[in-house]
Amino acid sequence: MSELTELGVAAIREGVAKGEFAAVEVAEAFNANVAAAQGALNAFIVATPDKAIEAARTVDAARAAGKPLGKMAGVPIGMKDLFATKGVQTTAASHILEGFTPEYESTVSQKLWDAGAGMLGKLNLDQFAMGSSNETSYFGNVVSPWRRAGGDNAALAPGGSSGGSSAAIAARLCPAATGTDTGGSIRQPAAFTGTTGIKPTYGRCSRWGIVAFASSLDQAGPMARSVRDCAIMLEAMAGFDPKDSTSLDLPVPEWEAGLAPSLAGKKVGIPREYRMDGMDAEVAKSWDDGVAWLKDSGAEIVDISLPHTRYALPTYYIIAPAEASSNLARYDGVRYGLRDLPDGANLQDMYAATRAAGFGDEVKRRILIGTYVLSAGFYDAYYTQAQKVRTLISRDFTAAFNHCDVILAPTTPTAAFALGDNSDDPLAMYLNDVFSVPASLAGLPAMSVPAGLNSQGLPLGLQLIGRPFDEQGVLNAGLAIESRAGFTAKPDRWW
Amino acid sequence: MSTAAYRIQGATGEWEVVIGLEVHAQVVSKSKLFSGAATAFGAEPNTQVSLVDAAMPGMLPVPNKECIRQAVRTGLAIDAQINKWSRFDRKNYFYADLPQGYQISQLYHPLVGEGHIDISLDDKNPEADVKRIGIERIHVEQDAGKLMHDQHPTMSYVDLNRSGVALMEIVSRPDLRSPAEAGAYLRKLRAILRYVGSCDGNMEEGSMRADVNVSVRKPGEEFGTRTETKNVNSVRFVMATIEHEASRQVDVLESGGKIVQETRLFDPDTGTTRSMRSKEDAHDYRYFPDPDLLPLELDDDFVEDCRRSLPELPDAKRHRYEKALGLTPYVAGVLTAEVETARWFEALLAEAAAKQGKGEEAVAKQAANWLTSELFGALNRLGRSLEDSPVSPAQGAELLALIGNGTISGSIAKQVLEKMLESGANGEMVGAEAIVEREGLKQESDTGAIEAVVAKVLADNADKVAQYKGGKEALFGFFVGQTMKAMAGKGNPQVVNELLKKALANYV
Repeated sequence: MSELTELGVAAIREGVAKGEFAAVEVAEAFNANVAAAQGALNAFIVATPDKAIEAARTVDAARAAGKPLGKMAGVPIGMKDLFATKGVQTTAASHILEGFTPEYESTVSQKLWDAGAGMLGKLNLDQFAMGSSNETSYFGNVVSPWRRAGGDNAALAPGGSSGGSSAAIAARLCPAATGTDTGGSIRQPAAFTGTTGIKPTYGRCSRWGIVAFASSLDQAGPMARSVRDCAIMLEAMAGFDPKDSTSLDLPVPEWEAGLAPSLAGKKVGIPREYRMDGMDAEVAKSWDDGVAWLKDSGAEIVDISLPHTRYALPTYYIIAPAEASSNLARYDGVRYGLRDLPDGANLQDMYAATRAAGFGDEVKRRILIGTYVLSAGFYDAYYTQAQKVRTLISRDFTAAFNHCDVILAPTTPTAAFALGDNSDDPLAMYLNDVFSVPASLAGLPAMSVPAGLNSQGLPLGLQLIGRPFDEQGVLNAGLAIESRAGFTAKPDRWW
Repeated sequence: MSTAAYRIQGATGEWEVVIGLEVHAQVVSKSKLFSGAATAFGAEPNTQVSLVDAAMPGMLPVPNKECIRQAVRTGLAIDAQINKWSRFDRKNYFYADLPQGYQISQLYHPLVGEGHIDISLDDKNPEADVKRIGIERIHVEQDAGKLMHDQHPTMSYVDLNRSGVALMEIVSRPDLRSPAEAGAYLRKLRAILRYVGSCDGNMEEGSMRADVNVSVRKPGEEFGTRTETKNVNSVRFVMATIEHEASRQVDVLESGGKIVQETRLFDPDTGTTRSMRSKEDAHDYRYFPDPDLLPLELDDDFVEDCRRSLPELPDAKRHRYEKALGLTPYVAGVLTAEVETARWFEALLAEAAAKQGKGEEAVAKQAANWLTSELFGALNRLGRSLEDSPVSPAQGAELLALIGNGTISGSIAKQVLEKMLESGANGEMVGAEAIVEREGLKQESDTGAIEAVVAKVLADNADKVAQYKGGKEALFGFFVGQTMKAMAGKGNPQVVNELLKKALANYV
């Protein structure tokens, strides 16, 4: 059965549709891998093997009855534990939501179930999606299945916040998983684990039922092991949702059918501001490889400038915490989740005790930052200014896209770091997002595809950023890299 | 009512009071501002709560267009600027009745801008002594839930039925200068809201509440420091708040103290206000644009549709009653003060005109006078309002037609109305015509019959006739009374008058 877990979304769907294997067999194979890896990788907060089997049975029965099958029919997936799942604990990896079982299903997860996917379990993440290493999860960090070459057995970060998703896909615990990306939370973990992930244009996927971190930035997207698999899954996830006012009222393009690896006639922009002093030489080299591959696929390479790039990170770390400080106010111990009510406590005491016990340090840090930047007397200096800079960053991209169709850059400044390396230094941790945050602030579609391994045998990712609504251009450029990079590496199974 | 400036007599001279009102008016809509949950008053606790209202994780607000429409219609009704681009902001604070931890409101870019309301302090003549009160803005926002402290010995319970219900906050300029003006403003605002149908104006159920901003100053000086008394829920209490707060402030200032900018509460039991929290303890609400919502953009068609949907408003209606129907400003004011009265009157008018085969203007005075004096008086005695009047406009019109065509006199009509109401109280309302028929109340207009009675009255009172002839013309009323009495009130007064005059002139 082990070969079934090597299959991706397209292959599983095809095999099930043709009757080469049953959806139940696929679900069982992945369920087994999930169970076997849990102790070592901690990728899941909750495993739901029965859900996976149940969905697979439905698909098998539909096929037997000759009924049409959905886009994701027979594909078991991991669900980031930021998506509300009806009847299944949904925690955002926070103690404050431990034991919370929603009575509703997020729009995106419901669309996936409607498309025939099944749920293997709820994937671990950084608490409230705040983090780049998965170390802020209340339920323990995820361990990357990758290890450095040469016998260094240091546990590595799978990236974050969608680190459970990236680790599970790389370790063949699932063929694909949902992620969410606020400042790079799909792309950075994908880059760290040799997997593929796309954050679509802001508004493509409904945010309804996704625990909010920063509303103006949060966007769901697929993570998988190929560009095609991402295209298939994104089609299933995307679409207008009247329950989300910021949802795009546009038809969902047929991205899978539109995949074309030739970039003839396309221009690829290389942003000069991303080539920073002291850049990791191997990251720079993989970027050059990317340029060569895209040239080879017929694209013209052009130099572009995104002059406000260096303000992106500080801007992001004002806007995201500001929104988070307000979005997380609802976790107050009154209606659901953790309630810490010391003897004789009044309402204020209950708030303080509940939130002190319920939120992790990084979450508290961001709530404090966000509260500060919105405070009377500081609002204009921080929040208003950040919104202005955000507009300038957005304009940078608009101007750049007058000269190119898609932008190529590294996804992250380095390969995966060891767990614990950055955990005492929030600023060093935040720097992981330096290449991913600008596209988030501008709401642009952006994806990470594996480019190769560095000298330590760790994956490096390349990032493609497109015009608003041009997921197709991003996917096609990703496909051009994927087909030339020939990335087949996978972590040795040590768990 | 006096139109002289309202002044508080202090030890150091006269003080002027400056008032601004922030009225929270619950929008009439089937569902809440950002969720599909119902809004009906008085439901069992927590039965009208959606996932959004309870602020469950991942829930998102979606604006309810009907609430926006109602606020725009209200704005148009007060002649205000409609902002085609507005935005929702979050007002952040923690409280158990506020599930999201923030209220979605509009601080920076409200839906409705500058407008105004005209008030009059002259009850006798609403066209006199008119003052224009500026309205700074109307914005829409969510209401909070309700805490219940009497359900458990140590804990408070939360009812979220009201959580997320749409409110309009209608903010006046500090243009009001007396409790009476504030009362007139509130009544007028309430009337307009009810005409428009955007708020039921029911203060007892909390559909309308006012935050009362009060300061005092020596006439002509700069504005003083103000206090804000929160959530006052009747016109009377608003006026009491102002009276108490103004004299308290004068006392503080005259004894050398300073007014602290603070939030206060009104205690209806004592008629006084007390401090709730001072500026130093004031919340920092950390307002910022709600990132879950796009800016609200209205197109011209939407605003025009709102404008077209507006009914005739009280001032316009009153002017029309005066000009087209020839009613006095006072009567026109009474008839238009409440939308129900105007509706009832217009139904009565239409029925009365149809029944008498005349134009509305020809029966307007008759109908207006009967409604404002006869029916209102009768309803008053019954302790009823016009909405639950036992007499319908059609039944009223039937009675008016009997007066109009001379079948009964005005005084008989009073009796008929009483009998109609009696029959209504006993079950089935008997119509005016049937009562007149049954009781034989039909007016006597036959000149022969009346002449006979007149002749007898004059003969029986020869001494009075002599006095009358001698110049004591006031005795004419006596002869009318005697004649009517002899005819059990059924003599046609006009005919009686004519025949009496003739008989007296010819009397020898």
